[in-house]
Amino acid sequence: MIKIDPRRLWQQLTANVDSLLLSFLLMLMMIGLVVLYSASGQDLGKTTSQMINMLVALSLMWGVAKVPPQHLARLALPAYAAGLLLLLGVMLFGEVSHGARRWLHIGVTRIQPSEIMKLAVPLMLAWFLDKREKTLNLKDYGIAALLLVVPVGLILKQPDLGTSLLITASGFYVLFLAGLSWRIILGLAGLFALSAPILWSLMHDYQRQRILTLLDPSQDPLGAGYHIIQSSIALGSGGVFGKGWLNGTQAHLDFLPERTTDFIFAVFSEEFGLAGNLILLALFLLVIGRGMVIAAKAPTLFSRLLAGSLTLTFFTYAFVNMGMVSGILPVVGVPLPLISYGGTSMVTLLLGFGMLMSIQTHRKLVQS
Amino acid sequence: MKRSAELRNNQKELYYFRWRLGIAAAAAMLLFTLLVGRFFFLQVVQYEYFHTLAENNRISLVPVVPNRGLILDRNGVVLAHSYSAYTLEITPSKVKDLEATISELAGLVDIQARDRRRFKKLMEESRNFESLPIRGRLNDVEVARFAANRYRFPGVDIKARLFRHYPKGELASHAIGHIGRINDADLDRLEESDALANYRGSDHIGKLGIEQSYERQLHGITGFEQVETDAGGRAIRTLSRRNPVSGNNLTLTIDSRLQEVAEKAFDQHRGALVAIEPKSGEVLAFVSKPGFDPNLFIDGIDPVSWDALNNSLDKPLNNRALRGQYPPGSTFKPFMALAGLELNKRSPSYAISDPGYFMLPGNSHHYRDWKPGGHGSVDLQKSIIISCDTYYYGLANDLGPDNIFNFIGQFGFGKKTGIDIEGETSGLLPSREWKMKRYKQKWYAGDTISVGIGQGYNLATPLQLAFATAILANQGKVIRPHMVRSILDSGTNQVQLAETKPQTTLNLKPENLELVKKAMIGVTQPGGTAPRVGANAPYLVAGKTGTAQVIAIKQTEKYVESRVSERHRDHALFIAYAPADDPRIALAILVENGGHGGSIAGPIARAVLDYYLLGKLPAPPVAAAPVVEEEHD
Repeated sequence: MIKIDPRRLWQQLTANVDSLLLSFLLMLMMIGLVVLYSASGQDLGKTTSQMINMLVALSLMWGVAKVPPQHLARLALPAYAAGLLLLLGVMLFGEVSHGARRWLHIGVTRIQPSEIMKLAVPLMLAWFLDKREKTLNLKDYGIAALLLVVPVGLILKQPDLGTSLLITASGFYVLFLAGLSWRIILGLAGLFALSAPILWSLMHDYQRQRILTLLDPSQDPLGAGYHIIQSSIALGSGGVFGKGWLNGTQAHLDFLPERTTDFIFAVFSEEFGLAGNLILLALFLLVIGRGMVIAAKAPTLFSRLLAGSLTLTFFTYAFVNMGMVSGILPVVGVPLPLISYGGTSMVTLLLGFGMLMSIQTHRKLVQS
Repeated sequence: MKRSAELRNNQKELYYFRWRLGIAAAAAMLLFTLLVGRFFFLQVVQYEYFHTLAENNRISLVPVVPNRGLILDRNGVVLAHSYSAYTLEITPSKVKDLEATISELAGLVDIQARDRRRFKKLMEESRNFESLPIRGRLNDVEVARFAANRYRFPGVDIKARLFRHYPKGELASHAIGHIGRINDADLDRLEESDALANYRGSDHIGKLGIEQSYERQLHGITGFEQVETDAGGRAIRTLSRRNPVSGNNLTLTIDSRLQEVAEKAFDQHRGALVAIEPKSGEVLAFVSKPGFDPNLFIDGIDPVSWDALNNSLDKPLNNRALRGQYPPGSTFKPFMALAGLELNKRSPSYAISDPGYFMLPGNSHHYRDWKPGGHGSVDLQKSIIISCDTYYYGLANDLGPDNIFNFIGQFGFGKKTGIDIEGETSGLLPSREWKMKRYKQKWYAGDTISVGIGQGYNLATPLQLAFATAILANQGKVIRPHMVRSILDSGTNQVQLAETKPQTTLNLKPENLELVKKAMIGVTQPGGTAPRVGANAPYLVAGKTGTAQVIAIKQTEKYVESRVSERHRDHALFIAYAPADDPRIALAILVENGGHGGSIAGPIARAVLDYYLLGKLPAPPVAAAPVVEEEHD
């Protein structure tokens, strides 16, 4: 008969969990549930379903954390290839919803392949640059850039500006952290500035409208400007200490669009005010800080690049969403990480954090 | 040596990575600081401004409901329209004591217990911040009285809303249908079709008939008004507006005067009539009697009227023309005759000697003719004119079930006609496969015999009969029957016409068609089964009577009309087209429990044909019917 020692069992279960990172994540998720309950109009069903999303995502995170980084590296190429195939599938057979082709039906369920790419692109680039570590030259950067541009282009065509920007960012972070020369970075920035007019002409009307609206929301109060005006009113009227939980008038009087997903931060901000915002920012910073520490201590180039990119991408999510809601960035469909309602993004995010934990907890094994 | 270089290299690399990571961290901090600055600006510096905006002056987006499209008859007579009227509305979230407020309001405008009940039901179904009607259709005095006292009632307001009205009441009610309040099932359907946004502000949706089937055309596009409201939720001023686009106007193929003539001709009888223009497939009249007043259904029918309609033995809510399935009876015979000719099973001159019954070889069962003793020598012509059953028993047996199914199926029996309103039933044209599937039994020779005279398993809707008659009148050209003639797009002012081209043309020999037509003309002449239809008419009518059994008569019994209770009497059927040589109208009539086809259905047909072809209204005194009955309705 096998004797079960509860302490040993607990140790085994938590061996690959970074408790510091986990506690920050859990705090953010708790806040997420509290805000969602209010934002959904006290819809217990929706809150419960988000809780289930979280539990599923957490267990997946726990599973990924158990996988050693060198195994994750082996997954990079297949995951990337599968993601690319699925993106092509979306382009050919995808389901159109709200004017965009993002979903793919597979048997009983439907998936959003661009979501896979959020993890597959940094994995792939980190793996590729790690492989070429000894001989890294300009040509390798060129190939890496191509690996980034192809999926981004496909997602941009769906069209999904928000996701393609995030994936571009995650890929760029890998290149940047791998030491892409400043001359090239500045050159690219210059090139971007020069090509802005061309990009402008390639944009969809609604994308252009969003940028114009950012400059002057009052121009289009009924259309795109409506979101910005209403969310600014929500934020501003929250004041220093907010109107109190469940008391946000802007949110509950139906003025705020997408108030459980992309604009949930406006509900939070209206009800908890500047004080709440600072606490939320602090928690995000703690997560980012922990991620950077993990990256800085990581033993291999692959794990370093992956950890760094995932952390910085998480930062980008949070910044873009809050910037959008507070009116300093255009409205792109980016949810507030760990807070917005939705299972898919929760799973993707926590899978990323699972990789971070794996990098952190397998460190000693590699060194010894 | 090599190893130490690698180590050093690694060290250098790590150092470089951390340097880059540090830069990124600094950038992230900087950007977060930027956010903090923005929050500070909005929530501290501009707090007062936004606080005022949020608390005192709320900007709200008010949907502007589009005017629902008109429904007109083919001559432009209005059958359904919308008008604007005032309603008294309450926003529950803005009222402290709802009961007290309603009681106080009752002192100003007439609010019945029924209105309170309906309001309660609406409140349960909707979200708290919506404005809900407590009383509709206020008169001018009530509007003025409330306006003077408005200051006493925060959260209560008068709104102009659009009301649907069917000015002709019962007329063509089964074709036009009606709208009704949007319910949960409608909402689900709207959400599925991504149309929910367009129904913000809409309370009603098409529930039946044209109103249902052409909902997309009729509804229009909802506009929006951005208004600034005060603390009480009242609009202070409009900031911007996107006008709604009215629904499209429908012109029906129905001629409302013809419809009226037809409905009146039914008098008290229950039944259905469908008249089609053969050359275009346009439905000229679509009668299902009794009808109902569609106006009752718009805002939820009150329980008393509902029970009266729903529990009535006459089943006024049944759309008999579209959904009623009846044995076609002898109206099936012209199609059988054509099958016999086309498939070379009968020649025009072939005649039988009718003893008054038919027996299958080796079977003693008597398939009886309706005339005891028989009709003597009967050829194809005579078989139609006098409606000889024995002739068709034999013909059916010679054709066999497969030939009947395949040939007659071409005339639309057993399948939906594809008319442009929902809910059609498909009738039944039996086949071997069908019987095996339905009863797990093989087909018996006896089954074929009864199918041959339109009885047995045979079922057809009045619409299908009219459609088949129109195909016959149109020399085999099949044109989908439809009730909407044209759609006027209110946005572009363009008119879209319905398709009237034939879908297919049946391969029929002209001489065979001519033969059947001649026989059908004989039906409405002296010596035929419906001589009164053709009597003194300046045009020729090709017709066929039919009788559909409601109860089976035992082999040894004789059907005596007076002995059978009224609801168990046979259904009378009549199909016709006229003028026979250049048909402008084809029709099918069913009179429930109307006895023999010729006597009751015939005069209805004559009234409709006289009006449509001659513009003649039926003379009030009809010999067969007492004057008192005529004046009813």
